[in-house]
Amino acid sequence: MPLAIEAEGLVKRFKDTTALRDVHLAVPAGTVHGVLGPNGAGKTTAVRILATLLTPDAGRARVGGHDLLKDPVTVRRSIGLTGQYAALDEELSALENLALIGRLMKLSSGRARARAKELLGNFGLTDAMERPVKTYSGGMRRRADLAASLVGRPSVLYLDEPTTGLDPHSRNEVWDTVRGLVAQGVTVLLTTQYLEEADQLADRITVFNHGTVVAEGRPDELKRRAGGQTLQVRPTRREHVDTVAQILLGLTGHIPARDEDSGRLTVPLLDPMVMSALVQHLAEAGVAFDELGLRLPTMDETFLAITSPGGRRAPLEETLGGRPA
Amino acid sequence: MTMPAMQTPPQPAPPQQPLAQGTQRRRIGPLEAVGQAFSLASRNTIKLKKNPDTLVDVTFQPLLMLFMFTFLFSGAIADGDRNGYLQDLVPGLLVFCPLFLTIGTGVALCTDIQKGFFDRLRSLPIARSAPLAGMVIGDVVRYVLSIAIVLGVSTLIGFRIQTNPFEVLLAVALMIVFGLCLCWMSIFAGIMIPTPAAVPGILVCAVMPLSFGSNIFAPAETMPGWLQAWVNLNPVTLMTDVNRELLLGKGDLSSLPGALAWMAGFLVVFFPLTMRAYRRRLGN
Ligand SMILES: Nc1ncnc2c1ncn2[C@@H]1O[C@H](COP(=O)(O)OP(=O)(O)OP(=O)(O)O)[C@@H](O)[C@H]1O
Ligand SMILES: [Mg+2]
Repeated sequence: MPLAIEAEGLVKRFKDTTALRDVHLAVPAGTVHGVLGPNGAGKTTAVRILATLLTPDAGRARVGGHDLLKDPVTVRRSIGLTGQYAALDEELSALENLALIGRLMKLSSGRARARAKELLGNFGLTDAMERPVKTYSGGMRRRADLAASLVGRPSVLYLDEPTTGLDPHSRNEVWDTVRGLVAQGVTVLLTTQYLEEADQLADRITVFNHGTVVAEGRPDELKRRAGGQTLQVRPTRREHVDTVAQILLGLTGHIPARDEDSGRLTVPLLDPMVMSALVQHLAEAGVAFDELGLRLPTMDETFLAITSPGGRRAPLEETLGGRPA
Repeated sequence: MTMPAMQTPPQPAPPQQPLAQGTQRRRIGPLEAVGQAFSLASRNTIKLKKNPDTLVDVTFQPLLMLFMFTFLFSGAIADGDRNGYLQDLVPGLLVFCPLFLTIGTGVALCTDIQKGFFDRLRSLPIARSAPLAGMVIGDVVRYVLSIAIVLGVSTLIGFRIQTNPFEVLLAVALMIVFGLCLCWMSIFAGIMIPTPAAVPGILVCAVMPLSFGSNIFAPAETMPGWLQAWVNLNPVTLMTDVNRELLLGKGDLSSLPGALAWMAGFLVVFFPLTMRAYRRRLGN
C-alpha cells in the first residue's frame, strides 16, 4: 500500500529539551495511525512538524509523496489539522470561520458558505453556527475546529488529541467521524492519551516516550508483545493447587503466581501451544478446573509497561526494533 | 527500522516526478497572495459590522481627549480661546487616531498566535505573507473610520476645515500611511510578547511619549528646552504640522520630508525585526 506519511529520523530540539530524537513513522494511505504517549512525549511536536508548522532540526518527511521542507505548499494542499487546542477566531461565528477558510482555499464565497454549512451540519452545529465561537462549549469548539480542518477535503488529516475534554457522547461522534473519513479514503494520524481510543480507531500504533519511538505495531500485537499473554488456571478443588502448579512449572518453566483467595494460578505464556498440552496433563492428573484461559494485557497495562522506566521496555525494543534512547 | 520504499499515494495533483530529480517547488503567485490578504482582512470588517462598539472603544480615547482638552484645559492652555484651540487640536488628534489604533494590531496578532488561529492559517496553502498582510490591510478600515468619527464629532463642536477636498484627502492618505508604517512596531511587539494582555501596556510606553511629547496639545514654545528638542523631532509633531497645513492652511509643508523619513525609518527598523521574530516564534 502506498504511504501517505513517511518520516525518517526526525529530531526537534527546543532550548534545553529535545522534544523528538530520531522519530520514524510510516503510515499507509487510507489507514488510521495512532500516536500514543504520556504528557511531553513529543506527540504535538511530531504533528506540528508533519503539518509544516515546525521545521525539524534533522530528518526528513514526506506527506502524500511530497517533501515537507522542499514543497510545503503542496503538502498544505492535502492536509487538514485539528490541533490540541481549538484554533478558530473566537469573535467570529463558526460559519464565518469556515467560510473564510473556504475562501482561502480558493472557493467562491457562495461555495465557501455552502461548504461551511454542510460541514457544520454534519457536526450538529447548525443551530449554533451563526454565534461567535467564544460562546461555544468546549465540545462544540472542538467539533467546529474539526469541521474547519475538513473544509479543504484533506487526504491526510492530523488530529492532536481530538477527544480530550469531550463527553462520552461527543467522543463517540468524533470516532464515528474518523471512521467515516477513513471509509472515504482519508489517512488519519491521531494522537491520544486514551489507550482505548487508539485501540478502537487505529490500524497501527506508535508509542512515544521522551521523544523516541518505544514501540510500533498493531494494537493486538502491541498488547501481546508488551505484556505477553497470561495463562490462568483455577482448579475446582483447593488441594489440587500444588499439583497444577507443578504441571505449569513443568510446561512453561515459570513458577506460577498464586492468588491465595481464589486459588487461581497465573503464569506468563509465550507459546500458545502449551494450552493443549496443559489440558491433557490436567486430565491425566484427574484435576477438574473452573477456569482456564489466556488473557492479553489491557491497553493500559501495555501502555504502562512500555512507557514506565524499568517496565518491560528493553525486550520490547528488541522485538519491535525500536531504538533505545 | 527500515523504511519501506517511498511510494506516492493516489492524488488528484499533477503527476509527480521522483524526488531525486527535484520536484517542482510550488509557490503562491503575488496576485493570489494579495487576494488571500484581502480575504483575511475581511475578518476585520466582519468584526466591525458585528460589533460596532469595538470601534467606539478605540475612538473613545481620541474623543475623550477631544472633550477633555477642548472644554477642560483650553482655558488654561489657550487663555480662554476655546474655539481657536479646537482648530489646532483636531489636526493633531487625527494623527493620534492611527497611532493609537496600531496598539490594537499587536494585541490582535498576539491573540491570533496564542489562540492557535495563526497555526490554522499557516497550515493552509496560502502565501506566508498573507496573514500579516491581511492584518495590516484590515486596519486601514479602522484608521479611516476612526478619523471620520473624530472629524465628525469635532465638526459638531465647532471645528471647521479651511481647505479644499483634495488637501483633505491628501491628509487622510498621509495619516493612513503613517499608521501603516508605525503598525510594524506593534506587530513586532505582538509577536515578541507571549500574552495579549501584556501587549498594550508595553506599547503605551511608546505611544505616550509620541503623542503627549508632541505639539498636539500645547505649542512647543511653552515647554522647557530639553522637551522642546524632543517635541520638534517627534514624528507626531511633524505630522501634526503637515495636517494643520492641509486642513487649516496654517503654516507650510516643510515638516513633510521629516515625517516621511520617520515613517521610512519605522519600516526599515521594525519590518526586518518583525520578519525575524515571526520566523523564530513560529518555529521556522
Ligand atoms: N515551543 C516550545 N518551546 C520549548 N519547549 C517545547 C515547545 N514545544 C514543546 N516543547 C517541549 O517539548 C516536549 C514535547 O512536547 P509536546 O508538546 O510535543 O508533547 P506532547 O506529547 O504533545 O504532550 P501532551 O500530551 O502534554 O500534549 C515537552 O518537554 C515540551 O516542554
Ligand atoms: Mg500535545
